[in-house]
Amino acid sequence: MEKVVVIGNGMVGFKFCEKLRAKAPATGINLVVFGEETVPAYDRVHLSDYFAHRGIDELFMAPRSWYSAHNIELRTGELVVTIDRENKQVITYKGEAEPYDYLVLATGSSPLVPQIKGTDKKGVFVYRTIEDLEQIMAFGRSVDRTAVLGGGLLGLEAAKALKDMGLETKVIEFASRLMPRQLDEAGSTMLKNKLEALDIEILLGKNTTEIQGNGTLDKLVFADKTVLDTEMLVVSCGIVPRDELAVNCGLACGTRGGVTVDDLLRTSDPNIFAIGEVAAYRDRVYGLVAPGYDMAEVVAEQIAGDGQKRFRGSDMSTKLKLVGVDVGSFGDALGESEPCVPITYEDANQGVYKRINLTPDGKKLLGGILVGDAQSYNMLMQIMQNGLALPPNPEDLILGNRSGEGQADVIAGLPEEAQVCSCENVSKKDIVAAIKEQNLDNVGQVKACTGAGTGCGACTPMVADIFGATLKSMGKTVRKVICEHFDYTRQELFDLVKVNGIRGYDELLDRYGEGDGCEICKPVVASILASTWNDPILDQDTIQDTNDRFLANIQRGGSYSVVPRVPGGEITPEKLIALGNVAKKYDLYTKITGGQRIDLFGARVDQLPLIWEELIAAGFESGHAYGKALRTVKSCVGSTWCRFGLHDSVSFAIEVENRYKGLRAPHKIKGAVSGCRRECAEAQSKDFGIIATEKGWNLYVGGNGGANPQHAVLLAGDIDSETCIKYLDRFLMFYIKTAEPLNRTATWLNKLEGGIGYLRKVVIEDSLGLAEQLEKEMHYMVDTYKCEWKEAVTNEAMRSKFRHFVNSETPDPTLKYGDLRGQKVPVAWPK
Amino acid sequence: MTEEIFQYETVERSQVKNWHKVARVEDFPVNGGACVLYNGLQIAVFNFARRGEWYATQNLCPHKKQMILSRGMIGVERNEPKVACPFHKKRFSLKTGKNLDETTCDLAVYPVKVEDGYVFVGFKD
Repeated sequence: MEKVVVIGNGMVGFKFCEKLRAKAPATGINLVVFGEETVPAYDRVHLSDYFAHRGIDELFMAPRSWYSAHNIELRTGELVVTIDRENKQVITYKGEAEPYDYLVLATGSSPLVPQIKGTDKKGVFVYRTIEDLEQIMAFGRSVDRTAVLGGGLLGLEAAKALKDMGLETKVIEFASRLMPRQLDEAGSTMLKNKLEALDIEILLGKNTTEIQGNGTLDKLVFADKTVLDTEMLVVSCGIVPRDELAVNCGLACGTRGGVTVDDLLRTSDPNIFAIGEVAAYRDRVYGLVAPGYDMAEVVAEQIAGDGQKRFRGSDMSTKLKLVGVDVGSFGDALGESEPCVPITYEDANQGVYKRINLTPDGKKLLGGILVGDAQSYNMLMQIMQNGLALPPNPEDLILGNRSGEGQADVIAGLPEEAQVCSCENVSKKDIVAAIKEQNLDNVGQVKACTGAGTGCGACTPMVADIFGATLKSMGKTVRKVICEHFDYTRQELFDLVKVNGIRGYDELLDRYGEGDGCEICKPVVASILASTWNDPILDQDTIQDTNDRFLANIQRGGSYSVVPRVPGGEITPEKLIALGNVAKKYDLYTKITGGQRIDLFGARVDQLPLIWEELIAAGFESGHAYGKALRTVKSCVGSTWCRFGLHDSVSFAIEVENRYKGLRAPHKIKGAVSGCRRECAEAQSKDFGIIATEKGWNLYVGGNGGANPQHAVLLAGDIDSETCIKYLDRFLMFYIKTAEPLNRTATWLNKLEGGIGYLRKVVIEDSLGLAEQLEKEMHYMVDTYKCEWKEAVTNEAMRSKFRHFVNSETPDPTLKYGDLRGQKVPVAWPK
Repeated sequence: MTEEIFQYETVERSQVKNWHKVARVEDFPVNGGACVLYNGLQIAVFNFARRGEWYATQNLCPHKKQMILSRGMIGVERNEPKVACPFHKKRFSLKTGKNLDETTCDLAVYPVKVEDGYVFVGFKD
């Protein structure tokens, strides 16, 4: 039986084992793997996650049992010291010999430490292995100020790790920009601004000449004579291939290091292959994982397949989240190929920079850069790799579809051979075949069966899109069921509740679900019941999410905040004084919210009913800030005071807010009314926004702020107040009945087939014949509104639930506060 | 934080020396939890009425050290009764205290019994 020995158990070495075993049964080829580290291969790309959960188990490419199950002899903690090519064997540090038929070098690289005086000082670290990380974490406990030398991919990852430890972090880069191989000046500047907003200071164009300190470092000195005080330094300046074994046994190596390999990844000895960061292909070393995986595939094919595959080089395309900022760079990102024409888009406000490089005829995409928003990365990669024709206005590729009539169908245009997952080399054809032949019915299964999306995960959205499109082509619909207890979509459950008159969670679970429920289905059902029957939610308090259960917003430390409704943001001085008195009496931190109301923080659970008793007496009602419900309808002052105002936006906002107050929905709903097109109420950033025109109102829907800001789109123009309310009734109820859980109107509208055009037909032209019913349902909600807090404080049974202990009157003794600018704030998260 | 945190330690039913009467059955919400105080120790007691089961765990969520688990929603995941922390939805087995996300520490759990309409939690001391 042939025997393959692999030196190196990193990501690429592991991938080789996986691919080899997938091609040849364990009985065909003996496989022995040497790993220098004491643990099996782990995901180095996500090393900084180790800070977050401190569990190496989650980082393992596969548990140790996987190796034994696949008949792979894994020898971790065993360093190979010699390759004896003459006798085709390797010698370990213990002096033991292990013969091979084929040898695969996957020794990877070590961090490049530049020739700077003082790199041997205490407090200077490199960032590559779990051990490095543990040392960084241990040392980091006793320092505050840290710096990272190197502003490339890995350096920024390291900076994130330091930031996650709560340390002051600076990044020092020799070049004039961050990620110099992937980003241009403008892209780097955008990323720099974003990182600095996150309190990571970036120093560019800094040539570090010396690391100073007495034993332990305390400062860096730069060529421009400036100094930087720091207590810890993490060096991340690039990689050096671990080619020492190859050099010592006389294998040919590249001019800048790395073992020279050909298209088949063969070294100068035909029985020895090199893959990953140790391989120098055309004198180039690839410091990314995807090319390494491609190499592993080619070698596995050589040994156990038909040997047809060739390695043809790779580009440095990459997409990742750096300290929470999406960054993508692909193909000829910097536009270095001649000739080429760039198109750039820059929005400093949103922190988004996009660039695509085209051929001069504008027909082909050569590469590009995405900072701040990399959603289109996969689509652009596919267009580039497959040479797809560009749209007539190529700028649409980065500006997005501005017509609002639904997304262009990239999936349909994608050729069958298009590589969707570059980590696992899975094509569109593979995915479609797996879905059809194996009858897969969710994206998780598609990933498990094809391997697509299991590497870096960047292609998962595209895999999901292909899954959706394939099912559709098979005449199936994609059903997003709630959880293991309800094999129904939210919309189906909504109909079941309504048609069968079900008013209780347990009844629904007994009749249409199975098991005993969970934290996913309980709030979904609670929301459906509330949107259908409008019964007091505290009648079923234990199916409510914590905020709904206590009708207040839980805050850090376990206290709650209270937000009374202030319709339209209009408030009398008397009511302001009342709020102030309550805040003073209960020592509450007060802050104005984004929705034109006042948030009172730091109330104990047992104080909530007392506070609300006083607020209700002063004429306030619940603001539902705690619920997935209508929050506020913001307004500008409008024609009553404003010299530009066309209509009375405040009065209309108050009318609309009072109409929909308490309305529960799949997610929170925000609205606004502006008195003229200057739009001071920012209505276009709301779920519904109403803007005064000369002739009436323009009604916009489907906007939101938050993590993925989106402008609302025009549903109807120049309508009168009555029509506006009618359309709003229909729109809101249609959304409430058909959206998936926790989808806001923007997300819902993005997914709605036919987009805003379809929505207009449903709401305005009544194409589904539903309008009357939707209005009726909304009238029911409006008519049955009750202030939840009024109910709670007047009902003794409900009121008795607002206490911390059931066997003691003491409040929670662990609540602790500090002082900030004269107000109380909770103490920091305990370590 | 306070020293109570370090006193949490799982008690097996066989180790119970003291069944402490904490409150009446009706003091606990149906299919939910409430917090009880025992010698300075905060214990979350859950009345999983749908299954006819009672559970008790430490009230402190080990993820962000918040005294809050009694206000978490309870449920079942692949036959394992669990509680989800209200803060960040970390899920713990009610039976063993094990963190089901495997991203944070496990909980200490305590035995519970119900007699004559009263709920008792078992302690070692």
